[in-house]
Amino acid sequence: MDFLKKLFGSGNETSGQKAKDRLRIVLIHDRTDISPQLLNNLREEIVHVLVKYMDIDEKKIEIDLDRDEKAVALVANIPVLRIKRNSIEMK
Amino acid sequence: MSARVIVTTSGKGGVGKTTSTANIAAALAKFGKKVVAIDADVGLRNLDVIMGLENRVVYNFIDVIEKTCKMSAALVKDKRVPGLYLLPAAQTRTKDAVNPEQMIALCEELKPDFDFIFLDCPAGIEGGFKNAAAGADEALVVTTPEIPAVRDADRIIGMLESMGKSPIRLIINRLRPNMVQDGDMLAKDDILDVLSIELIGVVPEDESVIRATNNGEPMTMTLDSPAAHAYLNIAERLLGHDVPLMDLESYAGRGFFSKIKKFFRGKKK
Repeated sequence: MDFLKKLFGSGNETSGQKAKDRLRIVLIHDRTDISPQLLNNLREEIVHVLVKYMDIDEKKIEIDLDRDEKAVALVANIPVLRIKRNSIEMK
Repeated sequence: MSARVIVTTSGKGGVGKTTSTANIAAALAKFGKKVVAIDADVGLRNLDVIMGLENRVVYNFIDVIEKTCKMSAALVKDKRVPGLYLLPAAQTRTKDAVNPEQMIALCEELKPDFDFIFLDCPAGIEGGFKNAAAGADEALVVTTPEIPAVRDADRIIGMLESMGKSPIRLIINRLRPNMVQDGDMLAKDDILDVLSIELIGVVPEDESVIRATNNGEPMTMTLDSPAAHAYLNIAERLLGHDVPLMDLESYAGRGFFSKIKKFFRGKKK
């Protein structure tokens, strides 16, 4: 059987199967792609929530989507200067 | 070196602009030219997928225009053919994120480093088309042998002429020689009579195109198929070589079924 596959040049994977796999990955990326504008809005809202609880170094915030072949993660690096104790104890 | 800047356009969608761009660009690179293919379809990019470079896209040409990154960072080098590059479009932006002046400046920045710059145009005649066409000197108009495609090509040719693009040359894509022989499809000369522009090539309908798209590998890189051959010829003609048109009728006549069909067709009136 294998030699038949080789003979007809299909290898292990047909081009249709390859198309299916490539399409899946492209869509994962497209659906999680984010415009600079949207990312900026997200960042502003996150900061807005965080400053209620802590002092943060707003200039050093890094927020981005981290992608590999299989998964996408929102990675945020937010330097914390100080927790606002009173805001926690207010509860 | 100062690149020739060529826009690939059609008006109608789905006639093979992106496939043509990828294959001609890859063929020219194979001939030793330095080529960049720019995906000018902002928001609906696909040249990256057709070329099989989608996993290597980091930045796009709007990042370059907005100075988020340098040109060299946005260019994706094709590792399979020396001298072939892709400049991707942004997927999360819209056509109004750029204007014609910025496209001209983008092409000017690339010109000294390349022999050919291709602009793969979006379908339509609005902003996206105008942006893509702005930077170009020459045009390739892609059509298929169908009324809607030829009609839209006619419209696009008029617009390209008024923009001063020259030369404007025609690619007839997805021609089925057997249907033309049967009188069931517009023939090359029918289309040329109507559009009266210079023909640069006829690409036959070919299943290899679908396989090449599945695999993300332009046909002119490896495969030996009728469509690959046609695109190689177009690339040669762009270089000024006198290459005769392929004998498509010889493709039409082959195969057992077509012989049977011919036999019966002879019996019909």
